[in-house]
Amino acid sequence: MPVDRVDGPAKVTGAARYTAEIVLPDLAYATIVGATIPSGRIRRIDTGRALAAGGVLAVLTHEDLPRVAEPPHLLPSLVGAAAPGESFFPMQDDAVHYAGQPVAVVVADSLERAQHAASLVRVDYARTPAVTTLDEGRDSAYEPPTLFGGLMPARMSRGDVDAGLADADVRVDVSYHFAANHHNAIETSATTADWDGDRLTLYDSTMGIRATQLTVAHLLGLHVSDVRVVTHFVGGGFGSKAMTWPHVTLAAMAARQVGRPVRLALTRPQAFTSTGHREEQEQAMSLGAKRDGTLIALRHHKLSLASPFDDWAEPATATTTQVYACPNTEGVHRLVTGNTMTPTFTRGPGESVGVFVLETAMDQLAYELGVDPVELRLRCHAETDPRGNPWSSDGLAECLRVAASSFGWARRDPRPRMRREGDWLIGTGMAAAAYPVAFIMPTQRARARIYAGGDAVVQTGTQEFGTGVTTVMTQVAADGLGLPMEAVRFEAGDTDLPNTSAAVGSSGAMMVSAAVHNAATALRDQLVAMAVADSGSPLHGAEPSDVEVHDGRMRLRSRPEVGETYGEVMGRHHLEDAEALGSWTPPPPDTPHGLLTFGAQFAEVAVDPEFGLVRVRRLGGAFAPGRVLNPKTARSQLIGGMLWGMGQALLEGNRMDPRQGRWSATSLGDYLVPVNADAPDVTIDLIEVDDEVVGPLGAKGVGEIGQVGVAAAIANAVFHATGRRIRELPMTAELVMDPP
Amino acid sequence: MDLEISVAVSADSRAASRGPGSAPAALTVNGATYLVAVEPRVSLLDTLREHLDLTGTKKGCDQGTCGACTVWVDGRRVLSCLTLALSCEGHDVTTIEGLSDGAGLHPMQKAFIKHDAFQCGYCTPGQIMSAVALIAEGNAGTDADIAEYMSGNICRCAAYPNIRAAIREVRDATA
Repeated sequence: MPVDRVDGPAKVTGAARYTAEIVLPDLAYATIVGATIPSGRIRRIDTGRALAAGGVLAVLTHEDLPRVAEPPHLLPSLVGAAAPGESFFPMQDDAVHYAGQPVAVVVADSLERAQHAASLVRVDYARTPAVTTLDEGRDSAYEPPTLFGGLMPARMSRGDVDAGLADADVRVDVSYHFAANHHNAIETSATTADWDGDRLTLYDSTMGIRATQLTVAHLLGLHVSDVRVVTHFVGGGFGSKAMTWPHVTLAAMAARQVGRPVRLALTRPQAFTSTGHREEQEQAMSLGAKRDGTLIALRHHKLSLASPFDDWAEPATATTTQVYACPNTEGVHRLVTGNTMTPTFTRGPGESVGVFVLETAMDQLAYELGVDPVELRLRCHAETDPRGNPWSSDGLAECLRVAASSFGWARRDPRPRMRREGDWLIGTGMAAAAYPVAFIMPTQRARARIYAGGDAVVQTGTQEFGTGVTTVMTQVAADGLGLPMEAVRFEAGDTDLPNTSAAVGSSGAMMVSAAVHNAATALRDQLVAMAVADSGSPLHGAEPSDVEVHDGRMRLRSRPEVGETYGEVMGRHHLEDAEALGSWTPPPPDTPHGLLTFGAQFAEVAVDPEFGLVRVRRLGGAFAPGRVLNPKTARSQLIGGMLWGMGQALLEGNRMDPRQGRWSATSLGDYLVPVNADAPDVTIDLIEVDDEVVGPLGAKGVGEIGQVGVAAAIANAVFHATGRRIRELPMTAELVMDPP
Repeated sequence: MDLEISVAVSADSRAASRGPGSAPAALTVNGATYLVAVEPRVSLLDTLREHLDLTGTKKGCDQGTCGACTVWVDGRRVLSCLTLALSCEGHDVTTIEGLSDGAGLHPMQKAFIKHDAFQCGYCTPGQIMSAVALIAEGNAGTDADIAEYMSGNICRCAAYPNIRAAIREVRDATA
């Protein structure tokens, strides 16, 4: 049901408080001094002038910061354990591994005084040679045994790709370079740390309060029960707040040092070097097909610039080797060790780049075969996953047909560079989209409590960073309890509440709704059972399954006039409230089902070939995310994802300056993200598909699928407009303009 | 574009002799006058957030590039991160907290909720302060105008089409 956001009034009036807005008495301000070199040692660090500056409470360096209790080990936060973003903690010795790595933390009684004092810290470095680009490290590339904190193989293969390619009637080979991407949530990450003796409260802008709690407890050697993490509003995440980065623990250490609550908010430039990024990468794909379009070989290789600490790259080949039926596939990830922090999840992790490569290669194949690109996808789509398991739910074919129809695809002349309007060449393109459903989280829990007056509170430890979870879970809880939405308050954002995993990988709608639904229906069932067993109830003796709840009143399905309210049965039992816990344990990862969410993307662009300008004139997408819990918020998330895909295609990229070993862009003036004038109107079609595998409500989530495939649709449209394939993202003007 | 850095100079003759330590200043925000003590280097944004506990005005970049800190000074939209607090003495500052006349939400606030013109909500106060000013400026005539004159306010959740819909609705209702 489309419902307005329940946190709307707080957000439009400015009443919503984000992490850096929590007021605590005697608050002090911390700021980080980041290394200005990419590799080397600190010869000397002079804190004298900073310490003498007005209002300064402490200047911490590797010489006096306490050692962490145990070194961090990267693990994705969805797993539900400690989840440091990199297997490294700074300021433990004099080594510098990447530019921006914290080398000092300054604490003062005001933000301005902390920032000024930070500028007075003098660091003497002994710089050593660094690798900050793929080109510099290409010769030392290696194939790691596993990726992703050890959770995924770096190589996947099936059949014989060489034989398949040799056997093909038609072969397509593509390769691409991708500049690094940064999340740039408008709220930079911030943490406020407040100690009470040995107990620590952290206000943290995070997509996973439990991940923050476990990580900080682990690093500081605290009991987990002594760390509480609170976050009520988070100003966007997109992956940057999915892991717990060093600044969070540094804030806690600084607060302990000065004996006051401390706030540490990253500046915008620091955000480029403190919360991970999507790594610089190259991908290559070879497709082999029969004349009729049947795929017989698919090879997908990825080369990434990783950190000195972790074999981390977004896995990009698991989805591309599943969407289409193909007997011979190979996916390989290789890494170059570079002087950057460990890269991390960025919206549509892995798939938004991997599927770009697949879907531009498929477009090229369609041209080679003379088959319509939509028709080729329909022909090639796999009926099962590669193990032969049926999809938990599919919908790709319907998405392709519906989106093609909404977009008006049938009228398209496939020949490139045929449509011109004044100075502009017009092109259209499309792509399929797919994103995995990941079952790697532990049991999820929620609690529901109802009061005798008929009002309820439902709680779980998830967090609201714009997904609409507060609104959707209010709906789910109200539905489960049989109450109007106004009677239900949903509370989240506190580790004192029942545990859920970090909301990443589009898992929030699925796992949180499952736990909330189960808590709400457990409480409903408890009260229905009480009524049917109570000789004073009009429902006495009824079968519980014959009882439904509407507007807080339990009644017989067959005779709605027979019934009573929750409050009436509770009153006879002298209960002021009743409560139930609900939990949901995901199926095992080897569940016999194919697990992907599908969609289809269409784009129309106008290209000025003399200036290389690309304007996206319209975007249309259709998506099959299982059941849609709130079409209003789902649509918004999908629009946002599609416009992210537009940014990925045309605007977003950062390059290392290899001389300095630093990012060339560290502001929103230099790292371009879509603004209002870039954003066309977007059409969304929602295709509901039944899914009995992904939880009791059958919701697969919409956080990532909107972004997947958009960049490919745009690149294919640019080809249709200009007749040229651009082999880099972002497709900046100098790449798009006609060669002289 | 009317988005510009405030260059208002205080009429107060003490301005020249104040600083570098904290200096007393009288700021009129949302119709109320506040006496604050701030160093001359302190921005209007940090004064609002850290001294007056008016945290509805957001800090997204502190570099004048994102628009999250948009407020009005004498009715014109300015970036409060690039405006010094002391330069606002003698001028009227309006923030998101002062947008409504007290009788419920401002029509633009209602329209943002109705059209789901935000997700995380962090850029929203700045978007709304720009959106209301945009109509007053006469820069909301067409969708292209709205898109152009709202491009100083970045929404990373990319609610842009919904933001345009909200502004259209308020424009048409007040035309």
